[in-house]
Amino acid sequence: MKDRFNLYRFASPATFYPLAGRMIPWFAAFAALFGLAGLYLGMLVAPTDFQQGEGYRIIFIHVPASWMSMFIYLVMAFWAAIGLAFNTRLSGMMAQALAPTGALMAFLSLWTGALWGKPMWGAWWVWDARLTSELILLFLYIGYMALVAAIDDPRRADKAGGLLLLVGVVNIPIIYFSVQWWNTLHQGSSVNLTKSSMAVTMLWGMLLMAFCFWSYAIAVALARVRSILLERERHTDWVKAELLGVGDGERA
Amino acid sequence: MKSRHKKLALIGGALAVLGIIAALVLNALNSNIALYISPTDVAAGKAPQDKLFRIGGMVKEGSVSRQADGVTIAFIVTDTEKDITVHYKGILPDLFKEGKGVVAQGRLTADGSFSATEVLAKHDENYMPPEAAKAVNDAHTRAAEKKAEDAVAKPAN
Repeated sequence: MKDRFNLYRFASPATFYPLAGRMIPWFAAFAALFGLAGLYLGMLVAPTDFQQGEGYRIIFIHVPASWMSMFIYLVMAFWAAIGLAFNTRLSGMMAQALAPTGALMAFLSLWTGALWGKPMWGAWWVWDARLTSELILLFLYIGYMALVAAIDDPRRADKAGGLLLLVGVVNIPIIYFSVQWWNTLHQGSSVNLTKSSMAVTMLWGMLLMAFCFWSYAIAVALARVRSILLERERHTDWVKAELLGVGDGERA
Repeated sequence: MKSRHKKLALIGGALAVLGIIAALVLNALNSNIALYISPTDVAAGKAPQDKLFRIGGMVKEGSVSRQADGVTIAFIVTDTEKDITVHYKGILPDLFKEGKGVVAQGRLTADGSFSATEVLAKHDENYMPPEAAKAVNDAHTRAAEKKAEDAVAKPAN
């Protein structure tokens, strides 16, 4: 047991803090690279759409943001489950660090969708299953952040927030499959793992933007989890050493 | 170790129960969640009588016409089985087109047609450049022509 490679080592805040610090610049650089390439391909190279004209280009932001809004929630729910079952300190902090980015993605998805919906559909908003469930997702993010912030004891805050995250996870398949299960105004999905009904350059522009959003989300979540770590562990020796600049990690 | 696994199983079980509850609730609410009903549903009498509701389907090819007053538009919404005539006074969205999806909100009138207060375009999930769309269209037309030719040729044999 002891001589086996131990994953738990990385769950230790003192080990994770410098590791996260070293990863942030890489993911930030990836985000910038993918973002530039994706925007170039999407805005300048990809052809005009046959029915929507230039207006369709909103998908290069809208679709990756929607994907991320759902995926980040799943990751948060995963950390919540780990935290509740194994009582690990880092899990709750990871969930908290991801929440604002998830909320941002859900908001971007709704906002760009509304901007696009007015000219294309003829309405900013309709209460169809896809739009409504995505709005509920945004409320779940905001609710989670509010709940965690309202409880002073961080361990109890993590537990309460974790429960909320796990209950809300039923909403994710509802968002994803809403366009198949019910009559909605929102069109079905153009891309999944097995098929794509998009021209190739359009698809690549969208995928590059998705990679950009991934990298961005990882970079900002790591930066955020580092500050949460410092705050929560401020009474420990490693944080004191870190803040004095004598820790084995980078200078904060 | 034991208590960890117990907790994990508990979380898994709770999620499963929650999923089943959600599925049952959503199933019960099915007709309320649907944004629109089809012309077939209307023909089957499922449309609410004195209430606004939405119908959805395709705009029938060649059915869009402007009335004499210049602002009222009439078109047929079809789900390929049943048709329903829609009257609408107002601005149509960009993507409103014959042969494409549409969702109209309004109520049934005495003569069985639908008087719409709002018309929304529902487009499909296909994204392609205009040239590609034209190629696909041409291929469809050729296929349809070939089919028609075959149909004509067969009885002659």
